[in-house]
Amino acid sequence: MNETTIEVSALAPSPKSWGRRLYAWYLRSDALKGFTLLSPTLLVMGLTMLIPFGIMVTISFWAQIGFEFDTTFTLANYGEGVEQPLYRALLLRSLAISGTCAVVTVLVSYPMAYYVAFHVHKHKMTWIILMTVPFFTSYLLRVFAWKVILGYNGVINSGLKGLGLIEEPLAFLLYSPTAVVITLAHAWAAFAILPIYISLEKIDRSLLEAATDLGDGPVKRFLGVTLPLSMPGVIAATLMIFIPTVGDYVTPALVGGPDGIMIANLIQAQFGLVNNWPMGAALAIDMMVVVAVISLLYIWLTRKITEKIA
Amino acid sequence: MTSNNDFVSLTDVSKHFGSVVAVDHLSFTISRGEFFSLLGPSGCGKTTLLRMLAGFESPTTGEIYIDGAPMSEVPPHHRPTNMVFQNYAIFPHLNVRANLAYGLRYDKIEKAEVGRRVEEALEMVKLPGFGNRRSNELSGGERQRVALARALIKRPKVLLLDEPLGALDKKLREEMQLELRALQESVGITFIFVTHDQEEALTLSTRIAVMTRGKALQVASPKDLYNHPVSVEVADFIGQMNFVEAQVMDVRNGEAVLDATGLGKITAPASSDFVQKGANIIVAIRPEKLILSAERRSDGLGAVQCTIKTSAYLGDRDHFYVSVDGCEKPFAVAIAETGANSDQSLDRQSIVWLSWADESLILLPRD
Ligand SMILES: Nc1ncnc2c1ncn2[C@@H]1O[C@H](COP(=O)(O)OP(=O)(O)OP(=O)(O)O)[C@@H](O)[C@H]1O
Ligand SMILES: [Mg+2]
Repeated sequence: MNETTIEVSALAPSPKSWGRRLYAWYLRSDALKGFTLLSPTLLVMGLTMLIPFGIMVTISFWAQIGFEFDTTFTLANYGEGVEQPLYRALLLRSLAISGTCAVVTVLVSYPMAYYVAFHVHKHKMTWIILMTVPFFTSYLLRVFAWKVILGYNGVINSGLKGLGLIEEPLAFLLYSPTAVVITLAHAWAAFAILPIYISLEKIDRSLLEAATDLGDGPVKRFLGVTLPLSMPGVIAATLMIFIPTVGDYVTPALVGGPDGIMIANLIQAQFGLVNNWPMGAALAIDMMVVVAVISLLYIWLTRKITEKIA
Repeated sequence: MTSNNDFVSLTDVSKHFGSVVAVDHLSFTISRGEFFSLLGPSGCGKTTLLRMLAGFESPTTGEIYIDGAPMSEVPPHHRPTNMVFQNYAIFPHLNVRANLAYGLRYDKIEKAEVGRRVEEALEMVKLPGFGNRRSNELSGGERQRVALARALIKRPKVLLLDEPLGALDKKLREEMQLELRALQESVGITFIFVTHDQEEALTLSTRIAVMTRGKALQVASPKDLYNHPVSVEVADFIGQMNFVEAQVMDVRNGEAVLDATGLGKITAPASSDFVQKGANIIVAIRPEKLILSAERRSDGLGAVQCTIKTSAYLGDRDHFYVSVDGCEKPFAVAIAETGANSDQSLDRQSIVWLSWADESLILLPRD
């Protein structure tokens, strides 16, 4: 540290050492090094996200007249987004479906992650890769597969009928919010398993033995040590599923039916059939803000709760 | 209830991990209130034995009894033992107070009483006011104390400690050793302490089990281990020792006459069966029991001529390495700073006399 400073000031008087001074500065500044590493990503992100996002924000303050934009500033789109009962209902339904989906996925993924983290001793990587195998096929194919499974004459219904358990096929299986939750939960499971697995894997095994030593049975130990210490993974998993699924429109369009339509389907329609881009942009931004607020609330709340438990 | 002598008792306890025999048919007993150490080199099965006592491993053969109760039927969370882990295992999501109170949740104690006992325990390990800290805000020594307090607050019948001082620097370790001993005496709980540091074991313990390869070589008090080791391995492991090969020429009235390599014809007290006429044995003597002098002493001690090869100054004593004709390895001689066992004027070059008292010779079987 000291040596660098001396070297740099010794070099300072010579005008030729400019390059080296810059280099020394670079070596000393962690932030600069960090940004250099980030710069390709920043560039791509800047171009592919910020610019379209800027355009979206701008359009949302315009109005659509036929095939033209009226570029005078207006808040009308946002007003309508809040006032229209349909928009509100769809947004609430999307949040409910995604929230349910996030909870279901985490609940289903936790035992799998737990099993691999604590009870698999050899070839853990193989297990992890096997769990991601479904993701080797296309998203659309998987959604269609669920259609086949959940359909009126699908695998489940004909199976149950064959067993004589039901007379008529269960209609609620397909084209319903349930179908959307099931399909999304399956689609996003790997994104929940991985963060939970990592947080479980990181737990020092001697902490678990210490809990046992202090009188915890398996359940108490799980609640007292394992669960709190894996909370970061659970939070990450929940958000990683909740945030993107709110905006999903493929799954609801294919398996949701009229009751399973979500806000993103509406947004898509605004950019397509309805041809009201400013309205679509405003709805998309509404959704983003709501999701961001909910996520922050969720993080704040879970942090408060874990502190309370502690 | 059992008598105090076999408060903890191991009968024929073994542990196999596949083909690895980590603990090999151990049997010994530990008295109530003892500070008992398991001492041995790395991999000799100390941790495995401790984990069997805690219930984290179950013995392949044999049975462990604590206070008369067989432990094979008791799961770890119901055992009357608590453990201080080698890496302390302090819960990172809880502060010190909650760590200490963790084990009290099942004891149906009132909240105020829990608080009082936590404060008391913090007081005991000299960490008052640390209750709100988290484990990443503690130094190694403080963590060690928290782990100790967390285990002791449960008032176990037996406290198990797995090299709890291993991660501390020398000075802090010595400080903690004294505190640990004082603490153990004041709480009166039986301690079973694992270490591979023989000095630590000698300082702390009432008794020590010296282990290698899963077996207990000797279970005895520190004094007995030091003065009456039963094998070359134990003698070599506890402190420093000089060894000479010898053949028994005669045994009479508890005295053996030996022909020892380099030392010639010597006599030594013989109390064991293996010292029989014609047997090949090992004679051992501690460095501080040897005497160096410029002239042959007139007090009738055994003596032989030698030359000083090297010396090392160790603060409170000097170490000399002297060679004796016919002996491969030089003898280590420790001379206290007070000079009680040497003449002042020991010259490196000159030939001097190495002497010993017959009683200080230890006879060991050849293995
Ligand atoms: N779970 C296990 N599976 C297989 N072998 C094991 C297992 N635990 C311990 N061992 C083996 O058993 C032997 C004893 O191990 P142990 O941990 O008891 O040694 P130790 O005396 O505590 O050593 P150290 O002083 O290095 O801690 C070693 O050879 C070790 O490799
Ligand atoms: Mg060990």
